[in-house]
Amino acid sequence: MKKVFSRTKSLKDAIFHYCPGCGHSIAHRLVAEVIDELGIRERVVGIPPPGCAVLAYDYLDIDMAESAHGRGAAVATGIKRVNPDLIVFSYQGDGDLAAIGTAETLHAANRGERITVIFINNAVYGMTGGQMAPTTILGQETTTTPYGRKIEREGYPLKMSEIIATLEGVAYVERVAVNSAKNVIKAKKAIKKAFKVQIDKLGFSLVEILSQCPTNWRLSPLKACQWVEEKMTKYFPLGVLKDAL
Amino acid sequence: MAEKLLMRGSEAIAEAAIRAGCRAYFGYPITPQNELPEYMAKNLVSQGGVFIQSESELAAINMAFGASVAGVRVLTSSSSCGISLKQEGISYLAGCELPCVIVNINRGGPGLGNISPAQGDYFQATRGGGHGDYRTIVLAPASVQEMADLTFTAFDLADFYRNPVVILADGMLGQIMEPVTFKKKKKLPPKDWALTGAKGRKARVIKSLILDAKLMEEHNWKLFRKYERVKRHEVRFEALDLEKAKLLVVAYGTMARIAKEAVKRAQEDKMKVGLIRPITLWPFPTEIISEAGEEVSHFLVCEMNTGQMVEDVRLSLEGKSKVSFYGRPGGSIPTPLDIFKVIEKCYE
Repeated sequence: MKKVFSRTKSLKDAIFHYCPGCGHSIAHRLVAEVIDELGIRERVVGIPPPGCAVLAYDYLDIDMAESAHGRGAAVATGIKRVNPDLIVFSYQGDGDLAAIGTAETLHAANRGERITVIFINNAVYGMTGGQMAPTTILGQETTTTPYGRKIEREGYPLKMSEIIATLEGVAYVERVAVNSAKNVIKAKKAIKKAFKVQIDKLGFSLVEILSQCPTNWRLSPLKACQWVEEKMTKYFPLGVLKDAL
Repeated sequence: MAEKLLMRGSEAIAEAAIRAGCRAYFGYPITPQNELPEYMAKNLVSQGGVFIQSESELAAINMAFGASVAGVRVLTSSSSCGISLKQEGISYLAGCELPCVIVNINRGGPGLGNISPAQGDYFQATRGGGHGDYRTIVLAPASVQEMADLTFTAFDLADFYRNPVVILADGMLGQIMEPVTFKKKKKLPPKDWALTGAKGRKARVIKSLILDAKLMEEHNWKLFRKYERVKRHEVRFEALDLEKAKLLVVAYGTMARIAKEAVKRAQEDKMKVGLIRPITLWPFPTEIISEAGEEVSHFLVCEMNTGQMVEDVRLSLEGKSKVSFYGRPGGSIPTPLDIFKVIEKCYE
């Protein structure tokens, strides 16, 4: 039989611990495939976040260093600046990047650090059990917004990618999703472009991935994919937000 | 002979760091230590090093974490309030066993306090400061020359033990100008653990997360054994006229300089007074104090705080000798005469 699909080299032969239907495993695979297709495995260093994806180094067969919550862009900055030949990326969730690490993320972007940020937005704190995230959408029920997110109480969901796209040091920002085969293909293209931007030393690059979290959304995997389409993309529209190339 | 230069304390640390092979500096401005980052911005950069004025102390320590991960010698500095913010990163450095040198030019506190010299951060520096079961090596210089020398030592110890090292000085030591000579640069040891891209080798992971309680316990004990090695091999202190002393003064940093003058004056008055100046605050020179306690019945601990190191002196003596304390917190600096009067009183 002809082999049409196989595990890419940078992805370990390990079983993901992620919940059924979670977007992380797709995002991990895409990052690994891009690393191999660009042939950069031997000069890449990744920074996984605290949270569900903290064990990314159990799945990605590349050099990785953990980071404190929110500090991924600062750690990546330190690595990249002292060894500019490396390709450095951080992989961060919405709480990590858009709440506790807002300053580190914005300033790394504004300095135009030649790093790539993979931003997983699932509108909820996953690992801690489903609390409100800065990107929780209006009306969304979480364990800390049991009556739904209200403007008067919690304010508006934060559109970090839109903010980052306004910064001059930023070369490339795109928002994608991994809720359908079509979107997964687009997501991979975006990730590849973000890494290319770094390889070409053009500036800061970020890909926001709308990622389903069926467990904390209390939805089936299929319904979670639909929820991304019907609810999340209305507030977080997909597409290129900045392309300075 | 090495060239003798007239330098400010903060700048001597910066210059020594560059000469010790430091390739990266990250920091956020705070008084009274701004001369250090300013020196780095000029002189580290002109020699091809990396300097970033970060958006916060949190960012600075995490950038330093990154540079350390990549295997280079890295320095960050701040003063008291800023060091509090760095504690998160210092805990991660300790947990991940990463070398890094952190300078604290101690000012008055708590809170915003003031910008005057103080020693109120002794507990924070020697007890870990951040969360978790860890230790940082703490070096306490008392002159500009020692600030330079101990900077070389700090980088060597950080690399050797793969542990963060704190240089704890204060606003006075940071500002005073004294002649200083610098050691020669040594060849740096290779770092076979650094992240450089998995070329021709297995991928490496640097982390402090160990979910399995059994493995985490093992990691904690492994760190403990390292700290015990540090305690055995790295205790540093200066001892002055311990023999036949009836009273021993214990002080570090700026306070030790002042106390030394007071001790000299007391000796001129035929008082049998000696001095122990801890140079490593952690590991603390417990043994010499304990040994001295066999002969000396009275110790006087002088600090620019309300009493922190005095606890370590009491622990070292285990009740063997009487311990008096003289403290001047909040940025007040005593004169040698102030301390001489206390010595006189204790001596009676």
